[in-house]
Amino acid sequence: MQEENRLRIENLERELAALKASNPQADVARLEGQLQMLDRAQAQTATPWEQVQLARHPKRPHALDYIQRMFTDFIEIHGDRAYGDDAAIVCGMAKLEGAPVMVCGQQKGRDTKQKLIRNFGMPKPEGYRKAIRAMQMSAKFGRPIICLLDTPGAYPGIDAEERGQAEAIAVSLREMARLGVPVVCVVIGEGGSGGALAMGVGNRVYLLENAIYSVISPESCAAIIWRDAAQSEKAAAALKLTADHLERLGIIDGAIPEPPGGAHVDMDAAAELLKAHLIETLAELKGLSPEQLIEERYWKFRRMGSFFTEGASA
Amino acid sequence: MSWWKRDKPSVTTSSADNRTVLTEGLWVKCEGCRQVIFRQELEKNLRLCPKCGYHFRIDARARLELLFDGDYEEFDETLTSTDPIGFVDSKPYSARLASMQTATDLRDAIVSARGEINGRTVNICALELKFIGGSMGAVMGEKIARAIDRSLAGKHPLIVVSASGGARMQEGAISLMQMAKISSGLMRLDEAGLPYISILTDPTTGGVTASFAMLGDLNIAEPGALIGFAGPRVIEQTIRQKLPEGFQRSEFLLQHGFLDAVVKRTEMKAMLTQAFEFMCR
Ligand SMILES: [Zn+2]
Repeated sequence: MQEENRLRIENLERELAALKASNPQADVARLEGQLQMLDRAQAQTATPWEQVQLARHPKRPHALDYIQRMFTDFIEIHGDRAYGDDAAIVCGMAKLEGAPVMVCGQQKGRDTKQKLIRNFGMPKPEGYRKAIRAMQMSAKFGRPIICLLDTPGAYPGIDAEERGQAEAIAVSLREMARLGVPVVCVVIGEGGSGGALAMGVGNRVYLLENAIYSVISPESCAAIIWRDAAQSEKAAAALKLTADHLERLGIIDGAIPEPPGGAHVDMDAAAELLKAHLIETLAELKGLSPEQLIEERYWKFRRMGSFFTEGASA
Repeated sequence: MSWWKRDKPSVTTSSADNRTVLTEGLWVKCEGCRQVIFRQELEKNLRLCPKCGYHFRIDARARLELLFDGDYEEFDETLTSTDPIGFVDSKPYSARLASMQTATDLRDAIVSARGEINGRTVNICALELKFIGGSMGAVMGEKIARAIDRSLAGKHPLIVVSASGGARMQEGAISLMQMAKISSGLMRLDEAGLPYISILTDPTTGGVTASFAMLGDLNIAEPGALIGFAGPRVIEQTIRQKLPEGFQRSEFLLQHGFLDAVVKRTEMKAMLTQAFEFMCR
């Protein structure tokens, strides 16, 4: 059923594109309607593996798509003041309904050229160092921080290791814990392991409805356990990486709804929904002092874990 | 992130040693100099090769005995993981835990203790590589968080000795979040002006390196330890070329500025003693 749906969607998409190209007056509306209905059905009954595909959907809005739609007066700031400027992470000052905020997003590319420029959304150490620098600057001036997470993971390469990928992520985690301003993190697509979490130590952490958040990619998990990346489907189910499971486990504060069929169906609507949610969340956090925000954030993560003490001795 | 599955068995296990042992486990082949050495001599020498100084791996309890002056008090010994996501690979995670617990006489991949180093009270958490590759799950996160609490309460320094493949994927995103949990705790220790020293041993990779192992006031490694974020295999697959000799070893990290020192096992305690003299008033 799912596979059938997918094929039908792909066929319709192709048909639609061809039709639009050859004859702009054609019965586009009918086909578009069909496509939307199928998209919606697909999203609602998606298996974990299909959810992974949806989170990585090539047409899914990326950080900059949201930034353009949700904020005004966005001014990008560049560089880690030590080595370089990583295009896989975008940081800037902006206004949300007139209120100044810092926004930091992990940015994937859409076409081949952009994908290469953005390194497929895989940040290097200088990216994380830029982000934490931006966040510290924001804290200095008492402005809230919004992080948009969307990465397959931190870049695994020789240069990234040489420049301290692990250290950059570690420092980012510790320094986010120290920020005396509201921090709201949203996984908008792919929450890939430590590379995503490096910008995920928030007072509130949300997933978009069709996003995923995982300790390891299903492909790598399958390769390790079953020595076969083709078992990714099994791994995706085993990892419990979807919003419903993560909320139950206390990892996230909730899921933010996407338009019917998913964020890729209607970027504007997706951005509207996210924007409304951010405004609401920041309003909730507004009354808290810097000390309260730090304390609250600490305990949020401190409580994450599942264990028991054997016997009654301790 | 968790590379424990692909790691070759730890050289400290008897089964691994048997591969290279000539007669009845009396002899061991050194991976450093390829020479055959007398096991008794190796054990007497803190498991350093008497011929080339190669650091054989040691387990968590042996590490504590090496660093503390004498007796030490263990904490949270019975803290045990649940199976939060019902993970099943070749066997259920709960069964894997149970068999590891029997094999190692530990409840998880970490021993947390308080004792003295040259007369100074110190909390030490030592990771146990033999327990699912030293992987970090909720128990490791909580035990280190509690050790941080004890350090804060008693104003004592904290040492974490790392040996781990990274986050424990069998606990899903919960294991990932331990990186944030422990790093947040270290922020508190930092704010309180208390010393935290990270000792990195072979191997320290993944989410452990990308959190507490890189956050020491001092990051000190044993010689020749594999230390990195991504595992060498992942990097090779990404760039499709062989990695240079010595890549991601302690000396490589020292050269690139991410370690304060590379210190031999035999000199570690003296180094810590001096560091604490500097750090503690
Ligand atoms: Zn040797």
